[in-house]
Amino acid sequence: MTLTRTEIPEGMELVYSYPDSLTKVSSHYCPGCVHGIVHRLVAEVLDELGVRENTIGVAPVGCSVLIYNYINTDFVGAAHGRAPAMATAIKRIYPDKVVFTYQGDGDIAAIGTAEIIHAANRGEPITTIAINNAIYGMTGGQMAPTTLPGMVTTSTPTGRNCEVAGYPVKLSEILAQTAGAVYITRQSATDIVGIRKTKRAIKRAFLAQIHGLGFACVEVLATCPTNWNIGPWEAMQWAKEHLGGFYPVETFKMTDEVKALKA
Amino acid sequence: MGRGWVVVDVDRCKGCGLCTHVCPVKILKLSPDTFNAKGYHPVTVTDGDQCIGCAACATICPDVVFTVYRRRRVPKQTPAALQLTAQLTPQPEG
Amino acid sequence: MTKQLLKGNVAFAEAAVRNGLQAYFGYPITPQSEALEHLSGRMIEEGRVFLQAESEVAAINMVYGAACTGVRAMTSTSGPGLALMAEGLSYIAGSEVPVVVVNMMRGGPGLGNIQPSQADYNFMTKSAGHGDFHPLVLAPASIQEIIDMIGLAFELAEKYRTLVIIAGDGSIGQMMESAELPPMQPVRDTVPDWAVSGAKGRDPNVITSLYLGAEKLEALNLRLQAKLAEIKRNEVRSVEVATEDADLLLVAYGTAGRICVSVLREARKQGLKVGLFRPQTLWPYPEERLSELAEQVKGILVVEMSAGQMLEDVQRFVQGRVPIHFHGRMGGVIPMVDEILADVEALAKE
Repeated sequence: MTLTRTEIPEGMELVYSYPDSLTKVSSHYCPGCVHGIVHRLVAEVLDELGVRENTIGVAPVGCSVLIYNYINTDFVGAAHGRAPAMATAIKRIYPDKVVFTYQGDGDIAAIGTAEIIHAANRGEPITTIAINNAIYGMTGGQMAPTTLPGMVTTSTPTGRNCEVAGYPVKLSEILAQTAGAVYITRQSATDIVGIRKTKRAIKRAFLAQIHGLGFACVEVLATCPTNWNIGPWEAMQWAKEHLGGFYPVETFKMTDEVKALKA
Repeated sequence: MGRGWVVVDVDRCKGCGLCTHVCPVKILKLSPDTFNAKGYHPVTVTDGDQCIGCAACATICPDVVFTVYRRRRVPKQTPAALQLTAQLTPQPEG
Repeated sequence: MTKQLLKGNVAFAEAAVRNGLQAYFGYPITPQSEALEHLSGRMIEEGRVFLQAESEVAAINMVYGAACTGVRAMTSTSGPGLALMAEGLSYIAGSEVPVVVVNMMRGGPGLGNIQPSQADYNFMTKSAGHGDFHPLVLAPASIQEIIDMIGLAFELAEKYRTLVIIAGDGSIGQMMESAELPPMQPVRDTVPDWAVSGAKGRDPNVITSLYLGAEKLEALNLRLQAKLAEIKRNEVRSVEVATEDADLLLVAYGTAGRICVSVLREARKQGLKVGLFRPQTLWPYPEERLSELAEQVKGILVVEMSAGQMLEDVQRFVQGRVPIHFHGRMGGVIPMVDEILADVEALAKE
């Protein structure tokens, strides 16, 4: 680590510092990747709630397969899409621990569709963070279930044709239909306001679990600069406009008890 | 002297540039002629006196490069308020 | 403990409860659904964890998650379900967590039918999933044996941190026999130090089967292979009847092995010197003992409810030292005593 500007002037108070729940390992994510931002938000929330030592995370398959190198809690590595099944078991064995899954759009809305819908339907009091960047990052930029119509990917070289490939999956809208879900929200981590709101949503989603209320999922609109073939900042703008334009950034389900939580 | 101060962990920076866009006083810039250990052009602070300690940079940074400090501003009191405070709170002897 | 008349599926399920099973996740599939049904009541009664999953895919991943917390966890299924579990079984083997799976084999391939078969031998013994590993495979031939093997399965799974599959079939699952259940054992209250439980006062535990560096993954595989070698040295089990003076050796496991006992009795009545070798572990296969017996006999007759999967292993271990014959039925058909005996008589004439 090479800290610069360490000669802090007098009278200054600390406003932001490195979260305890984040390891010091420098991540493998691409420059500007939203995974880095959301990992940090999860770590900040675990710190604020004081639950780091009581938490078990379930890692997905995707770019964030190595999340266990970055977030400082016990972790198990699930097969692609199966994290909600593992989390279900762990939470039922340890109802007083905090159990969360962190999944990409392919992991949760393609191969893992059955597992997440059933976990939500059973009202498993786990917390799911679903990162939606409308593409398969780790495997090199193929179409994801959330890829937009007309979007060019390595497996839709002429743009996604919905008549052939199907329509984009609006996962939050689907999960909100399940009786067991108590908090389903979509956020956009594509600007400062959005990131702050995302953090609050993540905190509420963890609190819903801690208070034993039911299943909570925060879908986060995100970027993939590398596979979208644009720079990090341009990717944030594109996501805000195009993903935000297609996937409504709103809360689809929030029970009264969840609303009353102090997040 | 600015109201805020950021400590920058240069080797964590991947030169993504997100912070340079969100800094409201535009004092962050990717340094064009230096590289960090990862081989990126890391962020530098061009004019620290302008920093307001808003932590937008820390909010958007995916790599936790920034530690942010801010000087607490005590609001200026009116004479009437100061007088009332003196009346209601015990004064030290002597 | 007294003997009771028990249905196979209920017997192994109850035996698991009494052996401290802490978590069961399963999916209905004939011919083992009675196990799921029995556990749906008993596990809740005993305050343990039970969930009927949405698929076998979900079930095995729930078992995997439970096993990562260090508790005794199992599932049960049949061939089509085991196929769906293959991914999970591989992750379990690669992550080295203890898991027990009961497979009550039925006719296949594909949807097949619900009658008993032994056609998953290759699938289970060769690896039951992708990558280099072998589950430890136990083969019961009676209800008492499956009851006893449940306890053994948990012990071996935990001793070696490995996957143990009990290879039953629809006949064992559905039939009723008199057997003795073990006494109720308490559930363990400690967890192994590798398990996940929240990183309080220690470094985080990470359980994964991902090793990105090739040398690191090779090191894992060498460790797994060493473990398998140790299992091979220590855990081979087999049973034999009337082999000392046998000219013809019947080799069969599970229900086929049980039927061969009757064949043996009939053959001996006719003065034919027939013996039976019945492996109780399909992996590790009791190849040494088979090899010794091959030196003593004049011929081997393998009997299987399949196209001849264990047959290939027998051929491999015997290496042509004596002629090997085969009697197999497929599709869920159970070979009867008289048809096997006819083969025995024909071979005796040669």
